[in-house]
Amino acid sequence: MQKNKRNVYIVDGARTPFIKALGKANPLSASDLAVAAAAPLLARQSFKPTDIDEVIAGCVGPAVEEANIARIIALRLGCGEKVTGWTVQRNCASGLQALECAALNIAHGRSELVLAGGTECMSRSPLLYQNDMAAWLSVFQTQKGIAKKLKNWLKFRPHFLIPVVSLLKGLTDPVVNLTMGQTAENVAYQFGISRAEMDAYAALSHQKAIAAHKNGHLDERIALFDWRGNVITQDTGVREDSTLEKLGTLKPVFDKPFGSVTAGNSSQITDGAAFLILASEAAVKQYQLPVLGKIVDTVWSGLDPAAMGLGPVHAIQKLLALHQFSTDDIDYWEINEAFAAQVIACLKAFEDEQFMRKHFNVPGAMGRIPMENVNVDGGAISIGHPVGASGARIVLHLLQVLKRNQAKRGVASLCIGGGQGGAMLIEHVSEIV
Amino acid sequence: MDKLNTQNWNCNRDENNFIWLTLDKAGSKINSLNVEILEELLYLLQNIQTTASVAGLVIQSAKHNNFIAGADIEQFNHLETPDAALNIIQQGQSVFKVLADLPYPTVALIQGHCLGGGFELALACRYRVAIEDPKTQFGLPEVKLGIHPGWGGTVRLPRLIGGLKALELIISGRALTAPSAYKMGIVDAVVPLRQAHRAVNHFLLNRPKVRVATWVDRITNLPVIRPILGAWLERKIAMKVNRAHYPAPFAAVLNWIENDIRAEEAFAYEANSISQLMMTDTSRNLVRVFYLQEKLKNYGKIDAATFNHVHVVGAGTMGGDIAAWCALKGIRTTLQDQNVQIMAAAFARALDLFKKHLKEPHQVKAAMDRLMPDPNGYGIRNADLIIEAIVEKIDAKKALFAVLAREAKKEAIFATNTSTIPLEQLSADPKVLARLIGLHFFNPVAKMPLVEVITSDIHDSEVTQKGMAFIRTIEKLPLPVKSAPGFLVNRILMPYLLESIWLIESGIPPTAIDKAAEAFGMPMGPIELIDTIGLDVCLYGAESLRASLGGTIPQTVKTLVEAGHLGKKTNQGFYTYKNGKVIKQTIDKHYRLPEDVTDRLILSMVNSAMACLGEKIIPDRDCLDAGMIFGTGFPPFRGGLMNFVAESGEPLLLQKLNLLAQRYGERFTANSGWNVVNGS
Repeated sequence: MQKNKRNVYIVDGARTPFIKALGKANPLSASDLAVAAAAPLLARQSFKPTDIDEVIAGCVGPAVEEANIARIIALRLGCGEKVTGWTVQRNCASGLQALECAALNIAHGRSELVLAGGTECMSRSPLLYQNDMAAWLSVFQTQKGIAKKLKNWLKFRPHFLIPVVSLLKGLTDPVVNLTMGQTAENVAYQFGISRAEMDAYAALSHQKAIAAHKNGHLDERIALFDWRGNVITQDTGVREDSTLEKLGTLKPVFDKPFGSVTAGNSSQITDGAAFLILASEAAVKQYQLPVLGKIVDTVWSGLDPAAMGLGPVHAIQKLLALHQFSTDDIDYWEINEAFAAQVIACLKAFEDEQFMRKHFNVPGAMGRIPMENVNVDGGAISIGHPVGASGARIVLHLLQVLKRNQAKRGVASLCIGGGQGGAMLIEHVSEIV
Repeated sequence: MDKLNTQNWNCNRDENNFIWLTLDKAGSKINSLNVEILEELLYLLQNIQTTASVAGLVIQSAKHNNFIAGADIEQFNHLETPDAALNIIQQGQSVFKVLADLPYPTVALIQGHCLGGGFELALACRYRVAIEDPKTQFGLPEVKLGIHPGWGGTVRLPRLIGGLKALELIISGRALTAPSAYKMGIVDAVVPLRQAHRAVNHFLLNRPKVRVATWVDRITNLPVIRPILGAWLERKIAMKVNRAHYPAPFAAVLNWIENDIRAEEAFAYEANSISQLMMTDTSRNLVRVFYLQEKLKNYGKIDAATFNHVHVVGAGTMGGDIAAWCALKGIRTTLQDQNVQIMAAAFARALDLFKKHLKEPHQVKAAMDRLMPDPNGYGIRNADLIIEAIVEKIDAKKALFAVLAREAKKEAIFATNTSTIPLEQLSADPKVLARLIGLHFFNPVAKMPLVEVITSDIHDSEVTQKGMAFIRTIEKLPLPVKSAPGFLVNRILMPYLLESIWLIESGIPPTAIDKAAEAFGMPMGPIELIDTIGLDVCLYGAESLRASLGGTIPQTVKTLVEAGHLGKKTNQGFYTYKNGKVIKQTIDKHYRLPEDVTDRLILSMVNSAMACLGEKIIPDRDCLDAGMIFGTGFPPFRGGLMNFVAESGEPLLLQKLNLLAQRYGERFTANSGWNVVNGS
């Protein structure tokens, strides 16, 4: 897709440990987390923060005081007033969107060096007033006179005080009126995925993350200081005790009481940030930068919002078709673990002739994606899913996996609330010839 | 009349017939008031008085970040008699009276420091408009020079905001930000620079009612109330300072009790009182301390080098606090330690520091962004200065400097915060030694203004200059000290601390020893100081000094350290501590302290000070005094240790020392420094 366009290289990247939200607001905001990840990342480069062309950040729900959070991050990182910053939002794929925007600008010669990634502080999601309450309050400001104000008091209704939980609203599709968990129940039903399969997948995700940590395979993490005397060096959602038996005891949270999607086999509500440095060939040479890999292409697909979990199938099918690749041509995969049911469904769909014919007008199944090559070091179920950051995290980690295994190609893909899928094709490159 | 400039004042009339007087003190970066400037002001005011159609007057400053920093201290240096002092005071009072009595409105337009005499000038105006700026500050710091305000400050300020609030400012000498001054009723408006002229015009054209003290504040000035509040204030001052050592704040309160500030006579009373205070030793010595501070400031030429990035290795108490201080003062700082838990504690302390010193949340955040956690040492490559503050182990430090030499940029300077290891032993590489200096900070970093800049023959003086420039950049006071055991401050302080333990061993109660030192003027007695520093730290320091200088260490301290009684931090040292508060045993009423206790303590310091001077560890006696005052809190009213020696008479002290040597042995033997110092 990028014929006649310039190559886009990924130079380096870092992320904070991901912090499971436990009901208490994180002392660090989304921009704090971004700075905590990106400042050390920039500090170890051969160029100065002011040499960057732009900062692009994915963030689904920045705090009210963090409008256009990317520009705030750029300024706080000391990039100087001339480095621009802009924020992108494509729900769970916002971090991937940021990388794609950066890649496009580099490919088109508009930028040479870009800091891109994502950040999210879900533990700080605010409670909001309802519209009724806001309307009632506004009368006090607009109407003059005690009589009118007293009259307004009579119009108060107790239900005005019920807060709107912005996090829950954000995780609900307003068009089909389903929570994300319910869309996962949909795809589980469609592909006949059992609770036991989901829990087994979830337990495996934790085991893989624990092993990766022990083997030093999560080195892209940078120690996070909360300035209150604590330091976090590991992803706090990963649990040694997430066993099949324990997961089996959890109650369904979305389709109560008969559903099978639980908090244990879903991704976690998490805070965290991940950033990468993308560079043109000229910038790589100018600053003599090491190279981790190359962004080859990115595609986006739309599908039924009620089955949004199958987004990766639609995106990956399109991506492979465009490049005339089969699944065998891809060495490693990151398919974001929004829900265990949804990842399992995606893998089943690729092998499902009927599904493929129906949706893509192709003669048969696309081929098998071997489970052992998907999310080899755990995923959002164990590590967590700070929605704005996950896209950047999986690309960054996929590069590490390719490097570690001396492999060539990888695909990072996410399902996106609202019925979309995104997939990025990357290649491991260790030096530019 | 439209243009009536003098040497230091610009005078302009605008289209509204308002006169703008702009002070631009010739040949100076800042404005300060002296006889000449006040004479010129009087001349201008008299001209304006007789000029028809003038409708208002504005006084402002042409200096950047500075309205008027106060009276020029220089002119008070040579006053020999109370009458000479009274003359200067009365001149100022009379000029300010002409200003206050002008028949049309007057405005002081204030940006930057508005202190002392400058503040009193502003108080003589009808309105005060402050321009938003962190540098805009109001205060009457005269007590820090052993006097109180003399140009109407002790009269006009209590009139404006009531006696209680006014005296609190006068006796503390603290400065207020513009918003605080507004809340207190001192200024009439705080405006951004862009609205300053509109605000001035508003006050001069519309002549709004002047701000008056609230009725609660006015009550404090009533004759029946003043003695009660006054006695309370005196008790408050007495809790902090000794009346015999620091008479000025007590005098300010007494003046207020005895005089009705609403009457004109109060001005004459103020003038007489300050003239007397100016003649006291305390005042002369505090002025000396001011000059000592200026002397140290001048060692650091800020232009000598720029420090954009400082890297600190070691996040313990010293390293962590040094890094936080650098970030607070605007320098990008990276902090490295092998132990991330220690780093986490350092960042928590740093956040507290930022919140305490910076008013606005966005400034706190900016300081946090300047201080980057750096467990991997990414900052080494880009730093202009790298400060080592790791454990006092020579091999660890050597290994670190070897790494730094490999990774740091060529122009970077290395510094060590060691207090015990000679610089020459920190590397075998002459190239490293050539760029290595000692920067010896004192604990707690945020409170102690002094930093010993350790120099040695192994590096060129340019590196020293840069080191001192750095210390000024972070607004501390650099003291050049030659590399020698204990440098200056610890070398002098240690014998004094050890002597206090010898005193305990001879059966004198710790409380009585501390009391004797405090009566001399020390901010904290030596025993409590040892407990605060930590007995283990003291013992380590004493051992390392003994290794090079000889001497013996009292057994008591070793026994206590072995028992784990390390002082305040373990709640048990020489004293017991409960909830961080010291519990001192009361001394029996009939107990009589041996009369040579104070001599033993102070002469221990004097004797080692003489050795330092003899060995030329510091350039001169003034530097020694500055080091002791700003590094240990040696009583400022005494003007420094050597100033005390000079005032007491050197031969007399030597005599006393010889006597002590007879009684207590060789630790009191006069060292060769006495001869050298006397001979030179």
